[in-house]
Amino acid sequence: MMILSMTAALALNSSLISLSPQCPPSFELTAQNQCVLVTRYDHYDSLHNKGVGGTKTALPKARDGFSPQQIDLGRYLFFDPLLSANHKQACASCHQPAHGFSDGKALSTGSNGDIGTRSAPGLWNVGFLKKLFWDSRADTLEQQALIPLFAPHEMANTAEQVLADLTSSALYPDLFRQAFPQSTGLELSQVATALAAFQSSLISLNSRYDQYAHGYQQALNEEEIKGLNVFRSFVARCAECHTPPLFTNQQIAVIGTPEPEGMAFDPGVGTSPELSKLRGGFKVPSLRNVALTAPYMHSGRFATLEEAAEFYSKGRGHAVPKGEKLLLHWHIWEPKLSPEEIHQLAVFLNTLTDESLMPVIPQQLPSRLPLPAELTTPQLDKGSTK
Amino acid sequence: MKKSTLTLVALVPLAFFAGYYLTSTATVAPVITADVSYSGGAAVGGNAKKSVLNNMPTGTVHEVKDGQLIMDAVKAAKPGDVIQVWPGNYTETVYIDKDNIRLSGVIIEGKRPRLFGDGHLNDAILYSGNNIVIENFLITKYKGNGIMGQAGNNFEIRNNIIEDTGVYGIFPQLGENGIVEHNVVSGIEDAAIYIGMSDHIHVANNEVFDSVAGIEIENSRHAIVENNFVHNNTGGILAFVTPGLPIKDTVDVIIRNNWISNNNTKNFGAEGSMVAGIPAGTGVLIMAADKVIIEDNLILGNKTAAIIITDHQNAPNTTLDPESDPTPDEIMILNNLMYNNGYDTVPEAKVLLATELKQGNPDIVRVGASNNSCINNPQQYISAGVSDWPACTFSNTDTIVNYLLDEPAAPRSVDVKDKGKYAYLGICTGCHAYTGRLIGPPVQVIQSLYMDDPKALAAYIANPIKKREDYPAMPKQDYLDEETRQAVALYMLSVKN
Repeated sequence: MMILSMTAALALNSSLISLSPQCPPSFELTAQNQCVLVTRYDHYDSLHNKGVGGTKTALPKARDGFSPQQIDLGRYLFFDPLLSANHKQACASCHQPAHGFSDGKALSTGSNGDIGTRSAPGLWNVGFLKKLFWDSRADTLEQQALIPLFAPHEMANTAEQVLADLTSSALYPDLFRQAFPQSTGLELSQVATALAAFQSSLISLNSRYDQYAHGYQQALNEEEIKGLNVFRSFVARCAECHTPPLFTNQQIAVIGTPEPEGMAFDPGVGTSPELSKLRGGFKVPSLRNVALTAPYMHSGRFATLEEAAEFYSKGRGHAVPKGEKLLLHWHIWEPKLSPEEIHQLAVFLNTLTDESLMPVIPQQLPSRLPLPAELTTPQLDKGSTK
Repeated sequence: MKKSTLTLVALVPLAFFAGYYLTSTATVAPVITADVSYSGGAAVGGNAKKSVLNNMPTGTVHEVKDGQLIMDAVKAAKPGDVIQVWPGNYTETVYIDKDNIRLSGVIIEGKRPRLFGDGHLNDAILYSGNNIVIENFLITKYKGNGIMGQAGNNFEIRNNIIEDTGVYGIFPQLGENGIVEHNVVSGIEDAAIYIGMSDHIHVANNEVFDSVAGIEIENSRHAIVENNFVHNNTGGILAFVTPGLPIKDTVDVIIRNNWISNNNTKNFGAEGSMVAGIPAGTGVLIMAADKVIIEDNLILGNKTAAIIITDHQNAPNTTLDPESDPTPDEIMILNNLMYNNGYDTVPEAKVLLATELKQGNPDIVRVGASNNSCINNPQQYISAGVSDWPACTFSNTDTIVNYLLDEPAAPRSVDVKDKGKYAYLGICTGCHAYTGRLIGPPVQVIQSLYMDDPKALAAYIANPIKKREDYPAMPKQDYLDEETRQAVALYMLSVKN
């Protein structure tokens, strides 16, 4: 269920907003005013602390330790179109809560209407990721956060204008002072920190799969368990790369999915001759909340989970364009999954849905700009598992 | 049926591994024998029976007979239980997402329970729990793996026969402290026994044959492979670093006292798989692994070479991974018996020999870089690429009985208070703020209602009823076990902000 903000609405009637002194759900406030992630996976360990394994395996180390105020400031910034050059697009325009923090499109559209070349990834649990972007080119959420702001085909802004807009707004300077009390002025790095802080608070670990993993075997029905067993079988081999508990091993894989009709082949990570072995390689995405983030793959070629699953059963390299030499991942083979098994996989992937810790969308923004139109259409209850 | 005159007691001293000893009357349930050593002779040596589990099972015994489903017993079993599977045909995938389960075949007059995949089932046995024992099965005709572990610690996989079954025969992955011994595995399209991304492993006394790879230790640390009979595969024993996996290295592997012979089977691995690049006729293959000791093996009749050592650059099908070190360092070759190897070798090996002005059939071929490696008595062998290796500073590994953990790997936390905290923060705070309305009423209000009665709160969350007109109904939290519900109630009533 999507919840509308009441606190923000009240606060905006007065001249100032007070940032929340409380951590978001699943975070514990420390004496140092830091929010530390706590989850039921803290019961477990993982080999070499890599956060990959089976049902009762610890998660990878998460980015946490931001202050409640930084997280709350990040929430306002994330939804505020003030960050784009023409004040029409917010981060949330392509990372919409209603679509698992992606946008429901194969390829994302920029603030000036430019169509990009890749599909907006969902952001649930993004704080666990060691590399960001489909091609892994950013190492931190902070580094990642600024890149779309300044990309001409995305939010098309400049550092100067972002700072000027924020500094000249009536409310933001005070909010930045609350979030960064030690600082003398509003800086771009604080924008990045706040956006990273908010994104790291997007935690989805209460799905029915999680209930099963923690020991409540009735959480999944027979067909869902069949799907789980296909998923982790060494025939389909999904779990070899989409490894629990995060459902990614965070590696690069060359799997050879097709681009949409008419689109040039995307080399992914392998942009230079030295990286030729990784040509066509992309980061393995987490599958948590994957049922919410259609269409699938780096350029959104597959409309449904069934289509995406079927890709792996259609033969090694069947969609590689003529003339492309790719070193396909060793787990891409010919599993010969039956239509029934492909359906069971999709059924299982639906058990990874959990939006119980959905953040509140601010209904009024510190910039006084309206929320982007794509966020104001009524949200249907998507039947969260809680 | 004639009743056996042998008593259980008489059989015990002859036991060379743990198992069940039966009278020939099928109605008598097997008894798990205690460990008793035959007395006399030398002190306990390397053949001491190993176990990674502390105790004998204490729970209920569930018997499964022909015509029943093993899975029904697994579903009914609680941690500590034993599932005894009697001889018969079982066509199912058995998955164990529980801890402390002993899945144990009963062998009657040579007949074992047969897990039959019928050519269409994926894997025979999957487990993700800790402290799992799987023993005494015959597994055949599955598409995927025979026995597959996903992150279970403290496992024992023994005395199984696995024939003509898919990709890996036995494949524990992402676990630590495990034993794979006394299994017979054949007809596998990749590795018969594959240790993947695991630590503290003992692979001993197995027979592996007619597979692409016999025994593979991949991205794993602290593993001993000893006393195995490895024959008629494409490659015998492999110690690999595969790039592109989340755990990046292979360190501390001892390969000793194995019989590695005639691994000349034509490679039938799947296209693109790492093993598809192994030249038929490879006894031992070391790729990018570090600190590998090869000691006292009989390596006979492998037509390409007894031992090949390579880095990633010279190996086919390896991807690029800046986080994996591509070089095999500190390879230590002690005494081994190598005979009649390399008689039909690959042209590359001949070229390497020629660069050292050597001729003949190679025993050892090293390609690419290797640092700080050593070899004892190298004059015994025809070798390429090891002539500048010094002698090792030791001649045996006798003091290392195994690399298993002294105590079973324990879960990180079993503290009940922590259970309450993790569940409160991870679940409850999604709807309940300390003060103020979120989705449900504030924690302060709940505290005022239940302060003296955590039991009532624990009972309520398992089966909530709608109480407040202006709030949505609370969903059931009955997926939390009773202990966790009590703990979370106590925790919720104690929080201060």
